Amino acid sequence: MARKKNKLTYEFLKGIWDENPVLISLLGLCPALAVTNSATNGLAMSLATGFVLLCSSILISLIRKIIPSQVRIAGFIVIIATFVTIADRYLAAFFPAISKDLGPFVPLIVVNCLILGRQEAFSSKNNIGRSMLDSLGMTTGFLFVLVILGAIRELLGSGTVFGLEIMGDWFNPWMVMILPPGAFFTLGILIGIVNLINNKRA
Amino acid sequence: MKTIVKMIVVLTAISLLSGGLLSSLDSYTAPRIAENRMKQLKAAIAEVLPKYDYYDEFKTKTSVIYVGKLNGVEEPVGLAFKTAGNGFQGKIVMMVGVKPDFSEVIKMRVLEQVETPGLGTKIVVDPSNKENPLWFPEQFEGLILNPAIEVIKNLKPEKDNQIQAIAGATISSQAIANILNEQIAEVKRAYEAR
Repeated sequence: MARKKNKLTYEFLKGIWDENPVLISLLGLCPALAVTNSATNGLAMSLATGFVLLCSSILISLIRKIIPSQVRIAGFIVIIATFVTIADRYLAAFFPAISKDLGPFVPLIVVNCLILGRQEAFSSKNNIGRSMLDSLGMTTGFLFVLVILGAIRELLGSGTVFGLEIMGDWFNPWMVMILPPGAFFTLGILIGIVNLINNKRA
Repeated sequence: MKTIVKMIVVLTAISLLSGGLLSSLDSYTAPRIAENRMKQLKAAIAEVLPKYDYYDEFKTKTSVIYVGKLNGVEEPVGLAFKTAGNGFQGKIVMMVGVKPDFSEVIKMRVLEQVETPGLGTKIVVDPSNKENPLWFPEQFEGLILNPAIEVIKNLKPEKDNQIQAIAGATISSQAIANILNEQIAEVKRAYEAR
């Protein structure tokens, strides 16, 4: 493990399974539960989050030695909020439909603990290369989970995936899956499966 | 003392940079966002009015009435305006087109809503009804406004001022009728007093 942990590829790969933000660290659950009623929304949300995570990681690892530790959280939040506002305005200007679907959840990326958590735990202590790999890995892990969650909920709740009809006319959509409880059911089962696999491997 | 100065300098610098970046970004995206809004508004007006060449804006205290006209004729083809009110969980915003004499609805379109997915969202489109997913909004086409709109549960509407409620979303259906009844009357008063 010790040797594996120092490898650069591991900085990327750990975000996908070993330290998956949603399934293992249980961070960023608010968007993971709230906007995954369709696969498309899950994808858009994780791309927006990934953009903010990557940009703020780069910037914070660049200025990590300048920023006094007493005001680091305040500084991180201002930086994160800046990138979130950029993402929000950009979506509103160029992708009004997506912006309307995600509603208040784009501005709420500011308080996504996944982002602040990575800055505090990683970017403020590592160089720019490692921070970029870390945030790309975390984004990929986040994206997988959100798209899988969205696809499962959309399939069972509306009979479609990415808006494409999958289930035939015989299928009666499970309304509950696109409502908030469906998010908890699906996420709970996914986390259960991951823990089962990890326990088997250990 | 030294750290205090450093703290102030660093935070001020970060905030200044952030503010500068965002304001220059805003001058770039704001016109586009306004343009998108305008496009959406025009599309919504075009959808709820019959064919028109241009529209005049008539401002009341609470809303703007878009008066659609054709071939330069003074008599309008229809009036469109936004209405909004409380639905089941949040605000429902609609664009409504009515005959110039406020006798009936031409068309209604929901612009914004946060109703329950799969139930209340049928006010926009009902995917479970394969023959006509738009059955609910289409009930408003040609709906008589006097007497006021009534919502009927479980039965087929018989009168010209009645609409059928969505099964499982009676509150959303009723909310739309209430918003329309209330606000069309208000707009009518304002428009007729012009």
